[in-house]
Amino acid sequence: MTDTTLATPARDRMAFLGDPRLLRKALPAVSLVAILIAIFVLNERAMSYRGLDLMLKYAVPIAFATIAQMFILTVNDLDLSIGAFVGLVACIAGTWLVDQPVLCILILAGCIASYAAIGALIHMRRLPSIVVTLGMSFVWLGIAVILMPTPGGMVPDWLKALMSWKPPLVPFPIIACLVIALVAHVLLMESSYGAVLRGAGGNATAIDRAGWSLLRIRMSMYALAGFFGVLSGLSLIGLTTSPDAHIADRYTLLSIAGVILGGGEFVGGRVSPIGAVIGAVTLVLTGSFLIFMRISPDWQIGAQGAVLIVVLALRALIKLREAK
Amino acid sequence: MLQATEKIVSLSGMTKSFGAVRALANVDLAVGVGECLGLVGHNGAGKSTLINLLAGTLAPDGGEIRVSGVAQAADYGVRRAGALGIRCVFQELSLCPNLSVAENTRIYHKSLRGWGWRRNAAELVRRKLDEVFPGHGIPPHATVGDLLIGQRQMVEVARAFTVTDSPTRLVILDEPTSSLDAVAGKQLLTYVRRFVKEGGSCLLTSHLLGDILDYCDRIVVMKDGGVVADRSAVEFDRESLVAAMGNVISEARIKAHEHVTAQRGETPVVVRAVPKQQSDQTALVAHKGEIIGLAGLAGHGQTRLLLQIYEAAGKTRADTSVSGPVALVAGDRQTDGVLHLWSIARNISVRSMRALVKGGLIDRDAESALAKKWRERIRIKTPDVENNILSLSGGNQQKVLFARALGSDAGIILMDDPMRGVDVGTKLEVYELIRAEAEAGRTFIWYTTEIEELNNCDHVYVMRDGQIVADVARADLTEEKVLQASFREGGRA
Repeated sequence: MTDTTLATPARDRMAFLGDPRLLRKALPAVSLVAILIAIFVLNERAMSYRGLDLMLKYAVPIAFATIAQMFILTVNDLDLSIGAFVGLVACIAGTWLVDQPVLCILILAGCIASYAAIGALIHMRRLPSIVVTLGMSFVWLGIAVILMPTPGGMVPDWLKALMSWKPPLVPFPIIACLVIALVAHVLLMESSYGAVLRGAGGNATAIDRAGWSLLRIRMSMYALAGFFGVLSGLSLIGLTTSPDAHIADRYTLLSIAGVILGGGEFVGGRVSPIGAVIGAVTLVLTGSFLIFMRISPDWQIGAQGAVLIVVLALRALIKLREAK
Repeated sequence: MLQATEKIVSLSGMTKSFGAVRALANVDLAVGVGECLGLVGHNGAGKSTLINLLAGTLAPDGGEIRVSGVAQAADYGVRRAGALGIRCVFQELSLCPNLSVAENTRIYHKSLRGWGWRRNAAELVRRKLDEVFPGHGIPPHATVGDLLIGQRQMVEVARAFTVTDSPTRLVILDEPTSSLDAVAGKQLLTYVRRFVKEGGSCLLTSHLLGDILDYCDRIVVMKDGGVVADRSAVEFDRESLVAAMGNVISEARIKAHEHVTAQRGETPVVVRAVPKQQSDQTALVAHKGEIIGLAGLAGHGQTRLLLQIYEAAGKTRADTSVSGPVALVAGDRQTDGVLHLWSIARNISVRSMRALVKGGLIDRDAESALAKKWRERIRIKTPDVENNILSLSGGNQQKVLFARALGSDAGIILMDDPMRGVDVGTKLEVYELIRAEAEAGRTFIWYTTEIEELNNCDHVYVMRDGQIVADVARADLTEEKVLQASFREGGRA
């Protein structure tokens, strides 16, 4: 496969760099560059303002959802409901945002609060997050279907305008992804409370002994996930203009794959917001890559899986070298 | 040196039980301002429980905690202790491996926030590391998970001594030198003396009696959940300290115990293992039909040695040779032993499954017969072996684990401190069973944290820091000897 042959020389080149720790950090960016080069080789015209704008249109809602998933993964949990939640947000916004904006914002705030409440429930009852969020995914989907049994609804013009904005020089999706990555980076990696939040994933006992409330930490993480989930839903309807309940079903697995592709790990609080956004963009580009290869988009999920396997295999190789 | 009448903390009448086990019974303890107090005792003496109560990570069942003379309310916890300047370095590390050294320092100090917090935290911990461990070579922005265990311990110790908004007044060091090398250990103890001289207080536990004798002002000795001696350090020497930790009554009991008739070496060797960390070639040797005891303080490599033997079952390697199949009786029942969703019968038969297969399927009748046989032999208290394993009490669950090992084809049985939290009646029954099985030709290697259990062994190896440090024949076994070997000779010169 083309992406494999491209990735392999990249690894050999990196071998001269030496430090495997740096290699591991660089891997998400290297895979993104590899897939971009593959696309540009197949189709030169993709290397333009318009080409990038088109290819990366859907990267924005996926990047938001990936960041939401990353917050949950930071505290060693997994959110299997984020896709259904984004779908629900899309339906809520499609139903009320035009006619009753204040009510709509209140409802969305309530959605974020319920995410925090789920975090509290998982923490206090020591429930497995996978089970609780899987259950919640049906709740979100159910409400969304009741709200909007058939695709429809209305999207405010300002949202449509924002999502199709054409700023000079750099396409909007790239700017948006950079801003998302930077905001999440500052929140989690640079702020002083962010260190505590990540610490809870690394060694919860230590955080507890240092006098922090683990309940509050988990609620904060789930609330942040809810907030970014809402942003994902809003940006998505700005693009599609006609929401429906199943609009974001794929986001659950895409967001997990994005975090992992970006260098995050399932346990131990090791995550990277910038990496996660890069991972999300890489997955989106995989779809475009298939189109340029003239392969049916039906293969998209398989191709995304292949990218994931290749990158994880490379990471495992780097780890082996690290252990030596 | 006992001039310090002012107390930083005083505990009185501290009581704490875990289920039926009484960890602390009416303990009084005080640490003076400007004093370094040494706390010693063997496994299960109650040291850790006492430290946890003081640090606020456990709540006492009864008793009073006073800090600087002020009685603390029932809500005394880590936050309150931290605000009062009480810091604790726990034995198992309390650092987040995914964070940097500076970020781990930030977690300890709520006031390290706002603009430039990372630089301030790095500066704070770097300066303290320089002060306590000159020449440490730890970059403050390194991720803790990438550091060596000794470096992590240094970070943890230095972090406990850092000061931001509230002063550090009492530092509790629970086995701080266990993962430090000799140089860093000496640096730490020297720093502790300086800290104490400047008016701070320290509570120190260590398995290195020399450290305690040389660096503490006063020594408190604990045994069986109570304080048995509390004197100035100069009044102790090594022998008197060990004697204070021991128990005269049980020593008499060891002597009274009948000697085994079988002489060591008359039967063939079935296990020979040199611990991975052993610096010389001293090996654990077990002959067929022997009961070999593994002693020493908890976590000094005994479990690792058992696993090393387990993995080498039926093989001959350079450092380990084991003839024949091996079965392991887990001590940590809930994590390593019991299969929660299965019945009692299945929990017993799982080790012998291969022998119970008929035509590719499990022979239910044979399985049930095996379980019933062991229910009678070992007296597992259940009306039906098909009941879930969790319907049994802890002691009976442990009996099931014994039945699993003894019902198998294994000639060598490894036991990883299997009597944890088991009542006396069950213990006596199991001891008897082990004796009988040994006479029938089975070999037992038995790690225990209870010195009295060594009475049942034919030969005892004492481990310390992952190595076999003493090799005691049955006839020479005394509690004092085991304690002497468990705690290292002399101090750090």
